[in-house]
Amino acid sequence: MRKSRALLQRDLSLMWQKRSDAIQPMLFALMVCVMFPLALGSEPVRLAQSAGAVIWVAHLLASLLVLDNLYRSDLEDGSLEQLLLAPVPLPMVIASKVAVHWLTTALPVLLITPLLAQLLFLPEGLLPVLMLSLTLGSLLMSLIGAMVAALTLGIRRSGMILALMALPMYVPVLVFGAGSVYSASQGLPWLGAIWLMCAGLALLLVLAPWAAATALRIALN
Amino acid sequence: MNKIILWFNQTGSPARFDVFATRWAKPSFILAFLLLAIGIYGALLSVPADYKQGESFRILYIHVPAAWMSLSIFVIMALQSAIALVWRIKVCELIAMASAPVGAMFTAVTLISGAVWGKPTWGTWWTWDPRLTSELVLLFLYLGVMGLYSAIDDRRAAARAAGFLAIIGMVNVPIVHFAVTWWNTLHQGETIRLIGPSKMDSSMLWPLLTLVVATKLWYIGSVLVRARVLNLQQETQKQWAIERYGDTP
Repeated sequence: MRKSRALLQRDLSLMWQKRSDAIQPMLFALMVCVMFPLALGSEPVRLAQSAGAVIWVAHLLASLLVLDNLYRSDLEDGSLEQLLLAPVPLPMVIASKVAVHWLTTALPVLLITPLLAQLLFLPEGLLPVLMLSLTLGSLLMSLIGAMVAALTLGIRRSGMILALMALPMYVPVLVFGAGSVYSASQGLPWLGAIWLMCAGLALLLVLAPWAAATALRIALN
Repeated sequence: MNKIILWFNQTGSPARFDVFATRWAKPSFILAFLLLAIGIYGALLSVPADYKQGESFRILYIHVPAAWMSLSIFVIMALQSAIALVWRIKVCELIAMASAPVGAMFTAVTLISGAVWGKPTWGTWWTWDPRLTSELVLLFLYLGVMGLYSAIDDRRAAARAAGFLAIIGMVNVPIVHFAVTWWNTLHQGETIRLIGPSKMDSSMLWPLLTLVVATKLWYIGSVLVRARVLNLQQETQKQWAIERYGDTP
């Protein structure tokens, strides 16, 4: 327990030193959301219809772009190999990494989501559903991303291939997440999708760190 | 040792696998061609046209075997990768990686033939039917595996990483199918159903079964050829390869 707290502290203080990086995914999501009114036209009715979907896709793209940072800096300065040898179980190391990664990349985007919703005229009353589904969805995407990103460590520049590998894995998350917002907007029951995402989260919280550890060992031999 | 286990262990060695692949690739291709010819003849000429869909239903004889293969090859790929990861059998890695392009081709054939069939029957090239959507995601998964395999320099590490991706993808496929089914019933409206399991008359069935067997044999043939090439690429410096094929790679 003490060891994992030390790990968490190390990752957090590293992130704190580069705290300006946390603004980037936020700005990126904001800009994606700004592009849509420019492309679709500024009619509030039409924007309101697609607002939930657009915000979801913006989140997904933002999480995709920062995925590579999860292990990359640790790999480059060699500390990842030290962590592999450390007397702490590797899944625990990865779990703490994913937690810090989520706090510094997904949470900022979540924080400006109310602003995005206002920009795109999201109908009143949908914001809580959107926030709930995005919170669950971003956790799921970070966990899935941890498995996929570990596999690409053997490649020097992994930007595009990582996106190609991760996007098919994100499909169910997007379908349920954006689907819950859509059904809420139609007045249909939307909790079912949320529960399914919760179930997926419970499953992945247990399995993903372990699978990511296996992937990491494969990638680094 | 049990004879079957012994055979599997021996064929697992790269040198023996090369002999095995060389011997069996050609017969499977020949048999596949023969069955393809018979099946296509049956599908295009001897079977009567469907009373509801007319001639366009004949695409089904390409579409259905290809769709079955696209799924079963993915399962084979994931299984071989799992075996390769657990027991580190090199030939299994090669078979898994050789399966990926073949499976991707079958998936593409399924999608294209489905689109060609959909245009006259449904009036559209594409609908967001759950089956179509999951098939498309399956194609992306294949492409991801192939992309990862070609991106990593070290061949064995590449095969293991791509194999692991195939295993994750294997878990993903049913979830995607479930998700898009849920999503589509949500968006409901005027979804056109695929023709149900209409009881096929036996006169219409035999070309289908022939083609199903033919595609299986085709897959075996092409996987053996591809795996043999991958095998030789990695073993050029080995004694047996030099003895069998000469020094220059």
